Amino acid sequence: MAANASQAKTARGPDAAFILKKAVISALVALVLFSLMIGIRTEAGSDGQLTWWTRFGDLAAMVAVVFGGSIVMELLRHWWGPVDTVRVVPPSAQKVFSFAGRALVPALLIFTFLVPVIFYDERYILDLGILVLTYVMLGWGLNVVVGLAGLLDLGYVAFYAVGAYSYALLATNFGLSFWICLPLAGILAAFFGVLLGFPVLRLRGDYLAIVTLAFGEIIRLVIINWQTLTGGPNGISGIPRPTMFGIPLTPGDGGLADRLGIEFSPTHRIVFLFYLILALALLTNWVTIRLRRLPIGRAWEALREDEVACRALGINTTTTKLTAFATGAMFGGFAGAFFATRQGFISPESFTFHESALVLAIVVLGGMGSQLGVALAALAMIGGFELFRGLEQFRMLVFGGAMVLLMIWRPRGLIGHRAPTVFLERNTVISSDLVKEGHG
Amino acid sequence: MNINDILSVENLTMRFGGIVAVNDLSFTAERGKITALIGPNGAGKTTVFNCITGFYKPTSGTIKLRHSDGEWRLERLNDFRISKIAKVARTFQNIRLFPGMTALENLMVAQHNTLMRASGFTLLGLFGVPSYRAAEKAAIDLARYWLDQIGLLERADDAAGNLPYGDQRRLEIARAMCTEPALLCLDEPAAGLNARESAALNELLLKIRAEHGTSILLIEHDMSVVMQISDHINVLDYGVKIADGTPQQIRDNPKVIAAYLGADEEEAIAVMEGET
Ligand SMILES: Nc1ncnc2c1ncn2[C@@H]1O[C@H](COP(=O)(O)OP(=O)(O)O)[C@@H](O)[C@H]1O
Ligand SMILES: [Mg+2]
Repeated sequence: MAANASQAKTARGPDAAFILKKAVISALVALVLFSLMIGIRTEAGSDGQLTWWTRFGDLAAMVAVVFGGSIVMELLRHWWGPVDTVRVVPPSAQKVFSFAGRALVPALLIFTFLVPVIFYDERYILDLGILVLTYVMLGWGLNVVVGLAGLLDLGYVAFYAVGAYSYALLATNFGLSFWICLPLAGILAAFFGVLLGFPVLRLRGDYLAIVTLAFGEIIRLVIINWQTLTGGPNGISGIPRPTMFGIPLTPGDGGLADRLGIEFSPTHRIVFLFYLILALALLTNWVTIRLRRLPIGRAWEALREDEVACRALGINTTTTKLTAFATGAMFGGFAGAFFATRQGFISPESFTFHESALVLAIVVLGGMGSQLGVALAALAMIGGFELFRGLEQFRMLVFGGAMVLLMIWRPRGLIGHRAPTVFLERNTVISSDLVKEGHG
Repeated sequence: MNINDILSVENLTMRFGGIVAVNDLSFTAERGKITALIGPNGAGKTTVFNCITGFYKPTSGTIKLRHSDGEWRLERLNDFRISKIAKVARTFQNIRLFPGMTALENLMVAQHNTLMRASGFTLLGLFGVPSYRAAEKAAIDLARYWLDQIGLLERADDAAGNLPYGDQRRLEIARAMCTEPALLCLDEPAAGLNARESAALNELLLKIRAEHGTSILLIEHDMSVVMQISDHINVLDYGVKIADGTPQQIRDNPKVIAAYLGADEEEAIAVMEGET
C-alpha cells in the first residue's frame, strides 16, 4: 500500500485504478450507511401508526455525490497536494519563512493594536476582534498540550469552564475584583489540569482522547447538576464587569469618562476589553515562547518525539506531562475568566464539546506547535466563519469544504515547520515530516 | 561484589509468560573497563539491558550499582531515576533519537536535570536570570564538546532525523554521554555501520573509557568491535551465561564457538577472527 502510494507520488500522475477503487469503496460505504438513513423514511401517521416510504432517488444522488467527491478529492491530492516529501526545506521556502517571521508578525501585531482605532465606530468588528483574540489565546494555550507535548486533549473546554465559573463565583459571592480573580481562576484551572493529568498519565492516543473528552463532559454535567453552587442550567448572571484598575467603565460619577472629562460611550468598555484580551493573549504567547526555550519546554517536545528515550535520559515523564496539562489549563482558565467578565452571564451551554473541537481544529489547522500558525488559523476559522454568514444554512457546508481543501493543501497545518529552540551557527527550520505528532 | 566493580548482576531471571528470556544470570562489570555481553540473536541481551535500566522489572535477582556517588539496587528504582540518580545511561538497539529536534537540541534534552535545577524549576529561567544563562551556556559547551568528539559539529543545527544512519548512532552515544553517566550501556552500537565507521566507533569508545573514566557495558554483534576493545566478555545463550573471560579466552573457547554459531566450527572460527 505504502509503496503503491509513493510510486504514484513519484510518477506525479493520478493512478486511475487506485482512485476508482477508492471511490467505489467510499460509495459502497455510503450506500450501506445511507440506505436506512435516507433510503427509507419513517414517520408516525395520523393515528400513531408507522408510515414509511422509500426515497431511492435521493439515496442514489447521495451515493453519486460521494463517488464523485472521492474522485475529485484524490485528483486534488495529486495536483494540489504537497509535492513529494521534501526532506530538507528548500532555500526558497526558508527565505519565505524567514521573511514571514520577520515581517508578518510585527505587521500583524501593529494592525491588531490599531484595530480599535481604525474600527472605533464599528462595534461589530470590535466584538469579532475580541472573539478572535479569545480563540487565539485558547489556541495558544491548547498548543502547549497538543502541539508541544503531543498529548491529544479533547476536553480543553473544561478548563475554560473552570476559569469562567471561578471568576463568576468568586466575584458574585465574595465581591473580589477581576484582577484578584484572574490569577485565582488560572490557578484553579491549572489544578484541574493536574487532576485530569493524573488518571491519563498512562494512556496514549485514542484512549487519551476519549478520557479527556469525557472529562470535559463531566465538568459540564457537574456544572449543570450542582444547582446550589452554579445555578445549574440557568447559569450565573450579573457577573461584575472589569474595572480599569479600580476605575469603573460606567457612566456617572467616578467612571472613567467622568474622570477624564470626556463624554461617556459604551465603546470605551469594548475597547478596554479588546486590549485586555490582547494583553492576555500576548502574555500566553510570551510565556509559551519562553517556556519552549527552557528545559521544561524542550522536555515537552522531546516527550512528543519519543517518550521512552526521555525516560532513558532521566526525565521524569510524569511531572513533565502534568506540567504541560497544568500550563495549558492555566491559560484556558485565564481565557475563561475573561469570557465571564465580557459576557456578564455564563451558563453550561457555552462550554460544550463543540468549543473543544473548535480550539483543537485551530491548533491542528495552524500547524501543531506553531504560534503564528495558530493565530492565523484562529483568524481564519472564527473570522472566516463570520465571512460566510450570508450563506445561512450552507455556511457549515462551505466551511467544511474549505477545511478539507486546506488540509489537502497543507496536511501538517498552515505553518508545519518547526523552529529549533537553540542553535550554534544556523537557525534552520525543520521540515514537518521529521517532526512527530506525538502518540498520546 | 568486588571493590573494583561498578555493576554486579546477581541471579537475574526475567520471564515473559512461558518464555524465560534471562535465566539465573550473574556477571559483573569492572569500573573504568569495557565489559561486553555477546550471544546469538534472541539470547536475552537486550532484556538484560532493559532490566538494568529499569524498563523491565526483573522476575527475580538483584542488580547492584556502586560508584563514587553512592550505592543502589537498580531493580528497585524507577527507570528515569536510574539515569537521573544512579547515573546509568543507555542507547537503544533501534536508534531512539528525537528526530524532529536538531542534533544540538538532542544533547540539550539530555542535560534536562542539570538545566532544570539551574532554571529554578522554570521560574527563574522564565525571567532569564544570569545564573540560568550561565548554566545554559555551559550546557551548550558540553554539547559542542561531544558533537566535536563524534565529528558532527558541522551538523549541530540539522534535524537528527536528517542525519545519515551512522551519524545517528554516534549522536545517540553523545546524547547518552551528555547525561554524564558513570555507566554507559550500548545496545549494538556498531549495527549497520560500515568498516570505517566501526573503526571510528572503536576509537570513540576507547576515548570515552580513557578520558572520562566511564565504565561501558556493550552488547555487540560485530566481532571486530568486541574483540578489539573489550576488557572482559560475557557470553549468553538462551538466557544463560555459557562463558566469560578475556577476548583471547573467549576466542579459544570451543563452547562459545559451538553455541554462537551452531555446529559449523570452521565458520565459527572465521567469524571469531572477524573475517565475516
Ligand atoms: N517484552 C517482551 N515480551 C515478550 N517476550 C520478550 C519481550 N522482550 C524480549 N522477549 C523475548 O526474550 C527473548 C530475548 O530477547 P532479546 O533480549 O531481545 O534478545 P537479544 O537482544 O539477545 O537478541 C526473545 O525470545 C524475545 O522474544
Ligand atoms: Mg537485542
